[in-house]
Amino acid sequence: MTTLTTPPEPTTHTSSKRIPTQQGLTGRQLVAQLVPAVRKLDPRHLWRNPVVLIVWLGSVLTTVLAIADPSAFAISIAVWLWLTVVFANLAEAVAEGRGKAQADSLRAARQDSVARLLGTDGVETQVAGTELRPGDRVVVEAGEVVPGDGDVVEGVASVDESAITGESAPVIREAGGDRSAVTGGTTVLSDRIVVEITSAPGHTFLDKMIALVEGASRRKTPNEIALSILLISLTLVFLLAVASLAPMARYAGAPQSTVVLVALLVCLIPTTIGALLSAIGIAGMDRLVRVNVLAMSGRAVEAAGDVSTLLLDKTGTITIGNRQASRFVAMPGVGDDELRDAARLSSLADQTPEGRSIVTLAEEQGGSGGVPQGAEFVEFTAQTRMSGIDLAGGRLVRKGAASAVHRWVGGDVAPELADAVDEISEAGGTPLVVAERSGTGGRVLGVVHLKDVVKDGMRERFDELRRMGIRTVMITGDNPKTAKAIADEAGVDDFLAEATPEDKLALIREEQAGGRMVAMTGDGTNDAPALAAADVGVAMNTGTSAAKEAGNMVDLDSDPTKLIDVVAIGKQLLITRGALTTFSIANDVAKYFAIIPAMFVAAYPGLDALNVMRLGSPESAILSAVIFNALVIVGLIPLALRGVAYRAASAASVLNRNLLVFGVGGVVVPFLGIKLIDLVVSPLLSL
Amino acid sequence: MGATAAGLLTILALVGVLALVYRPLGDYMAGVLTSTRHSKVETLGYRVIGVDPEGRQSARGYALSVVGFSVVSLVVLFAILVGQSVLPFSRGLPGMPWDMALNTAVSFVTNTNWQSYAGESTLGWTAQMAGLAVQNFVSAAVGIAVAIALVRAFTRRRNDDLGNFWVDLVRINLRILLPLALVSALVLVGLGAVQSFAPDRVVDTVLGGQQTLTFGPVASQEAIKELGTNGGGFFNANSAHPFENPTALSNLIEIFLLLLIPVCLTRTFGTMIGSRKHGYAVLGAMTFLWGAMLTVALVSEVGGHGDSARAAGAAMEGKETQLGTWASTLFAISTTGTSTGAVNSAHDSFTPVGGGAAMLNMMFGEVSPGGVGAGLYGFLIVAVLAVFVAGLMVGRTPEFLGKKIGTTEMTYVALYTLASPALVLIGVGVAIAMPSSADAMGNVGGHGFSEVVYAYTSAANNNGSAFGGITVTSTFFQLTLAAAMLLGRFVPILLVLRLAGSLARQGTVPTTAGTLPTHTVQFAALTVGVIALVAGLTFFPTLSLGPIAEALS
Repeated sequence: MTTLTTPPEPTTHTSSKRIPTQQGLTGRQLVAQLVPAVRKLDPRHLWRNPVVLIVWLGSVLTTVLAIADPSAFAISIAVWLWLTVVFANLAEAVAEGRGKAQADSLRAARQDSVARLLGTDGVETQVAGTELRPGDRVVVEAGEVVPGDGDVVEGVASVDESAITGESAPVIREAGGDRSAVTGGTTVLSDRIVVEITSAPGHTFLDKMIALVEGASRRKTPNEIALSILLISLTLVFLLAVASLAPMARYAGAPQSTVVLVALLVCLIPTTIGALLSAIGIAGMDRLVRVNVLAMSGRAVEAAGDVSTLLLDKTGTITIGNRQASRFVAMPGVGDDELRDAARLSSLADQTPEGRSIVTLAEEQGGSGGVPQGAEFVEFTAQTRMSGIDLAGGRLVRKGAASAVHRWVGGDVAPELADAVDEISEAGGTPLVVAERSGTGGRVLGVVHLKDVVKDGMRERFDELRRMGIRTVMITGDNPKTAKAIADEAGVDDFLAEATPEDKLALIREEQAGGRMVAMTGDGTNDAPALAAADVGVAMNTGTSAAKEAGNMVDLDSDPTKLIDVVAIGKQLLITRGALTTFSIANDVAKYFAIIPAMFVAAYPGLDALNVMRLGSPESAILSAVIFNALVIVGLIPLALRGVAYRAASAASVLNRNLLVFGVGGVVVPFLGIKLIDLVVSPLLSL
Repeated sequence: MGATAAGLLTILALVGVLALVYRPLGDYMAGVLTSTRHSKVETLGYRVIGVDPEGRQSARGYALSVVGFSVVSLVVLFAILVGQSVLPFSRGLPGMPWDMALNTAVSFVTNTNWQSYAGESTLGWTAQMAGLAVQNFVSAAVGIAVAIALVRAFTRRRNDDLGNFWVDLVRINLRILLPLALVSALVLVGLGAVQSFAPDRVVDTVLGGQQTLTFGPVASQEAIKELGTNGGGFFNANSAHPFENPTALSNLIEIFLLLLIPVCLTRTFGTMIGSRKHGYAVLGAMTFLWGAMLTVALVSEVGGHGDSARAAGAAMEGKETQLGTWASTLFAISTTGTSTGAVNSAHDSFTPVGGGAAMLNMMFGEVSPGGVGAGLYGFLIVAVLAVFVAGLMVGRTPEFLGKKIGTTEMTYVALYTLASPALVLIGVGVAIAMPSSADAMGNVGGHGFSEVVYAYTSAANNNGSAFGGITVTSTFFQLTLAAAMLLGRFVPILLVLRLAGSLARQGTVPTTAGTLPTHTVQFAALTVGVIALVAGLTFFPTLSLGPIAEALS
């Protein structure tokens, strides 16, 4: 079974990433975050995390008791409880620290620029970039940095956007259309453009990105809140269980010290997941950043895991952007080689992908040779709708749309030609007619079948999505016949042909009315309403600012295929949360078996039978459980940051696997861990 | 036939008969609760109580009706118990003291039927029939109604119409409980249960002493006592009394009756949500828990601990010789699993493991298979909890039967899960800390502790069975146990109805391959695991000082 991006595989288009890929977590990273983790001991920071706050209160209490009545045991418990809080903070600090590093590299791009403000009278004044307001117009020329987000209203320029996207190849930005948006912090490489500013200072795209990766604007997501409620109620149950145990123990003639009761409480409450919960959330957004997708909220990432319908644009997502020649259909009386060579000749100087694909196909079939002497290339124009070559001997070769070429040749349309053209159209392809004309007159040689080429591996990916319970809908401007042919070939579940932005919006609303969650990509201004309506709307960075405002994610690489990765990352986030919750709760079983016999073996010697781990002494048993409880947090930080592996499979089999690993594992691991710690602690305590 | 063979055959017969009636009764109940037709008697009834049977109730309206009805029931029953001396057919008995009356009124209105009094020497026939028997019917109906309201919520789409409490109440009583109770009562009379208004009779016993025999409407009370998972006996000895439970066959029938509605309601659930498989999954999980507890208890009781038990062939102390160990244990596990609380033996005298199994069965939250209605909604709550964690592990925000489990839903579920354990732990903690408690306990050490734990577990989970041994007539026990019963019943009910409202107002999410299937063995097993884990983690320290300490000593 194939693995869906865990961790996300760098694909070719993301090879030049802005953010250095940090796969593993080094010990040095942990140590570096110790100081911020200790700083987070401030209870004002901890009130947001009730589980850890309880541990903090327990630490204070045991510290006071250890000072009042010092013993090696009490002091050890107090120290390890403090460490538990520090480790919990460490998880969050490490996750935030990774974001901060990314934010710093972005900040470097946000240099204070001087803007050339264009007055209404056409006079330029120099102002600081931070003083620009939406609606201001500024002039940017080659070598200058765009002072703020905006739309090009005049001119065309090539822009280096590597500061934002990490992509070094410049992009064209021009007035009007869907390629008019420029981002503050990018550099104009050539020409002069006038930009109308669209965002206020401090609220630019770059500012937003910095805030997002830093986690400054992080709020608890709905599912995190729901999980927190579960964790709080579990904490309350354990609080009651431990509080009521005090009088019960007194009755049993085995009164327990407060230190022991606090230790039991801390071991039972779900500290592991409580400590890692926010780190898991931050890491989820961080994983998106690593595939160059920015989520505007954690909620959007969560929604990605729930997506049940994917709307995918045909061009660029399902098919490679351009059509390719797949075969030559020669007319009666024309040799296959003759058509092949003519088609090749007409395309030799044609640099369009279609033209190049014709040359490739011809050469695969044996065509060869260079451009003949004295030949002249005729470029495609919108008027002629043909391109070709004029050879020195007066022979002219053209290829183009059937009607245009036919007009160029003159005469009646051969029925064979009409048949070939219809057949190709019906199969969803584009017929390109090749003809020649010389002194003796013109004739049609044949037809080149250009077809949309479905990207490699798409069918497998859609099968995978189907197994995950996700329906794929292809969106295309093609006619229904063509659309169906491609949809069948690619293996999507459904298609929307001759789609207008309104159709797209209507489809989203329809899916949502049925309770489905919809994800889509878009870049144009007219995509904005659909992007806003979709549960997960990924705007392409090359798109307009309207599109970027409307979506809840931005793909810096402008690669629509990535939607599939986004869904996988969303699922991974939720799985990690559920898996660590299960693990955390399952751990309690072993802790009970360590602590309960230790507490009551004096009163009821028979309870020694529960001491299945054969721990050294009651004190070492309790201390070992506390130490395990603290260390397991550190041990799980890498998993929380990396995420639990997600394979595309049915829900039942995913659950079986995770229950086995984190449920059964969660029961077994602490038995081993506590025993090992006890082997070390027991001799130390008896010193 | 040996005891083992007879015991196994008894269990087999019980399961077989339940399997036979499962579909017809389950579907009949679904029909009753979804039908749009009213009978003439019902229409007349609605006119008398001033209810529009076509009126629809939201979660809020339904909850207000439940609470209003229960408050009125409580006041009326309290008045009857306190003032029974002025009522006819009271056999000259005085009114109950106020604290006992309050405890008893709460106990019967909450379907708990905890009894801090001896029925034959405390209550006259009017109090038994007009007071307790009425509550045996209506409190059972309330439980079923609430469960059905929750089931309806899963079938609603953005529409918080949960039905009409008054219609549900009337139909459950008239069309389900009354006919079944009537037939059962006649069968019990046929087997020798007493149904007589003869005056007390003093007889000379074989050993030469004298004994007073009390008569009354016993068989009729007995039928609804089991059928409505109530458990309050006419006699102090409850189903160990030969007038209540005369023969081995009547014993089997009583066990059948107390399991009947809780078991068949899983079918009703499956039928109403349009997925019978879900009903089977719930039934399977409940049966597993019941079977597991039964096995544990049987192994311990039949295996017999201690020299005297071994000599007798089994642990016979506190068990009726005519019923034996198998039938007593089967009864004990079924009564604690259904929150019935009827007893045919002294649970106090069970082996530590057997008594602990009965206790744990209640600590599960009464879901094996639970009280009428309460078992179903209790189980569905745990299923939502299981779905929440497991749902995350398949990479989706959790959903159950097409409904998203978000913050609101989780709040109600978490509070529900918290309610009963909190009442038990607080109750036991406070009671055991009271110096006076030591005098109330019938035993010292771990066993005395078990008596206190059992009392609060039984009260907070609406079971009502007693471990015995402990004397609970002090005002402290009367009031704290009454509080445990009242909160243990109505806090969960109100949370269930709030949850139902929130689920009904949602749209429905379609099922895809990415949805966690909840009608499978896998999910049933998972839910069983969650039930065991939650009860185990909450009560392990408590149990380790009671039954576990005893068993290991």
